[in-house]
Amino acid sequence: MSCVYIVPLLELRPQTRQRLCVAIEQQTFWSAELLDVPFDGQFAYDQVREQYHSSQILLGLKNLIKPGTDKILAIVPFDLFIPILTFVYGEAHLDGPAAVVSIYRLRPEFFGLPPAPELVVERLIKESIHELGHTFGLRHCRNRGCVLNASTYVEEIDLKTHEFCAACREEIVRHAGK
Amino acid sequence: MNQTISLLVVDDEESVRTSLHNWFREDGYEVGTAKDAYEALQLIERAHWDILLLDIKMPGMDGLELQRRVRQVNKDVIIIIMTAYASVDTAVQSLKEGSYDYVVKPFNPDELSHLIRNAAEHIVLKNENVQLRQDVSQISGMEEIVGDSPQMRRVMELVQTVAASDSTVVIRGESGTGKELIARAIHCHSPRRYFPIVPVNCGALAETLLESELFGHEKGAFTGAQSRRKGKFEMADRGTLFLDEIGNISQKMQMELLRVLESKQFTRVGGNQTIHVDIRLICATNKNLEKAVEEGSFREDLYYRINVFTIILPPLRERKSDIPLLAQHFVSKYAKIMNKEIKEISSEAMDILIRHNWPGNIRELENAVERAMVVGKPPYLKPQDLPFQLAKEALEEAPDQDSLAEVEKRHIRNVLNRNHWNISRSAMKLGIDRVTLYNKIKKYQLRK
Ligand SMILES: [Zn+2]
Ligand SMILES: [Zn+2]
Repeated sequence: MSCVYIVPLLELRPQTRQRLCVAIEQQTFWSAELLDVPFDGQFAYDQVREQYHSSQILLGLKNLIKPGTDKILAIVPFDLFIPILTFVYGEAHLDGPAAVVSIYRLRPEFFGLPPAPELVVERLIKESIHELGHTFGLRHCRNRGCVLNASTYVEEIDLKTHEFCAACREEIVRHAGK
Repeated sequence: MNQTISLLVVDDEESVRTSLHNWFREDGYEVGTAKDAYEALQLIERAHWDILLLDIKMPGMDGLELQRRVRQVNKDVIIIIMTAYASVDTAVQSLKEGSYDYVVKPFNPDELSHLIRNAAEHIVLKNENVQLRQDVSQISGMEEIVGDSPQMRRVMELVQTVAASDSTVVIRGESGTGKELIARAIHCHSPRRYFPIVPVNCGALAETLLESELFGHEKGAFTGAQSRRKGKFEMADRGTLFLDEIGNISQKMQMELLRVLESKQFTRVGGNQTIHVDIRLICATNKNLEKAVEEGSFREDLYYRINVFTIILPPLRERKSDIPLLAQHFVSKYAKIMNKEIKEISSEAMDILIRHNWPGNIRELENAVERAMVVGKPPYLKPQDLPFQLAKEALEEAPDQDSLAEVEKRHIRNVLNRNHWNISRSAMKLGIDRVTLYNKIKKYQLRK
């Protein structure tokens, strides 16, 4: 059976790992497990921008798994960018093997607000499933509640659920079943 | 969004092309990339693009020059300029030359996605409203079409005022005064302009037909109703419904109309599903509604419901100073349509037009000019080209004891009108100098 491997570059509580895996399995119908590999993403650091180049992270991740059968998702603590954008919450290969999500801007502290660990976990799960959705070839969805709705503000992440809408779920079943 | 928006990214930096390509593809756009202006021009020639994202600094031809080239052949495509902080000035220049907006590299993803979404929405609305756009362009030259008399200027001021509000308008005036044109002008100046204006001629339809025309019907609602049909109310949703000849509708329809206006909902004929609509209503009539209310043929409650704002279009005979302008407008219009070299109306012919009473108003005038353009020969329309009745009328009415001064006054007035009171041009046509013309204007107390 095909598997989504999760590579956390930060300490995740066992409870959080558990919730993340369950959510991914329920939404993608693939199994999900943590992958223990020496991968720190430091090669993607850009000294001028003081951020990490997410496309390079994806290239690094791709080499860690069997091409064509599995998918890999990294969760990183640092801020991500692509050259043309000031930042990204995450990036994924559309219909490809790798995805990355950053929690850097998901924390309320980033905006000077008091910490809210539970909220951050929810956001992380949503963004993880969102990016994985892209790796299954799905594009953004206009349905506001759907996890594939594009979020440009972090508050927009809170408005959507961690689930695919009926239409996207159908797509996932088609793609994930391949 | 139910139509795919296509987007072409032109940038010499490969990383920019790839990341934007991926980013927009995720967002459901159809994306193409070009590494320089020359490749872009080839792609633009080969396929249709809704949005062009152009890097301002590229070796060879830069983004600004590319924009100019594209603009020469395509006025509609949305161009967004990508720039670094250092060249924001040039980006501002691009705005002046017709770009939609510019973005500074690196882009804030929020701003970029909002910018592109707005542009996409713009395109969708535009495509849905090609018809409307044609109407708008027709309207934008409208001041010319309806006239420039003080009465019509007042009407156009009212149009501007009422367009901004969402209230119901009743346009009153004799037939042929251009009531539908005014309705369209209101719509096109209103916030609803991106949605359709749907005209219905209530006077032309039998009661049952009007009902299904307005509310639509379900399949099998009546004999001949072979499929479901949307009514004009639904079609005008978020736009404007224009009910012409509202004074002619039956008592039953008056009641139904009142009910819809109050509840903003209705059901299709033969259906039971409630349909909600958001429309602005503009009505027109050539009837005396007050009298109709008094006589009991028009419901008083409906009268008060629709009569929020009234625009009265004066008949053409009460604003004869508009006749030369309108007549000239129709000459140009039909010269173009018929591909004829007739550019003007002789002063004798214009004189006949000005004297006529025009019971059919602008429509009658237009018909008369159209007919004259068919029979007339270049360089200008002569009295014998006009419909026989008009010319005959003029002959009968022409006081044959006109003094020389009378004739001169009339001739000068016509020449002035035809030249829009351009003194130098009129003087030249008359073969006199400007001072003489000024003196004659004073002597005959001629006024614009
Ligand atoms: Zn996404
Ligand atoms: Zn969806």
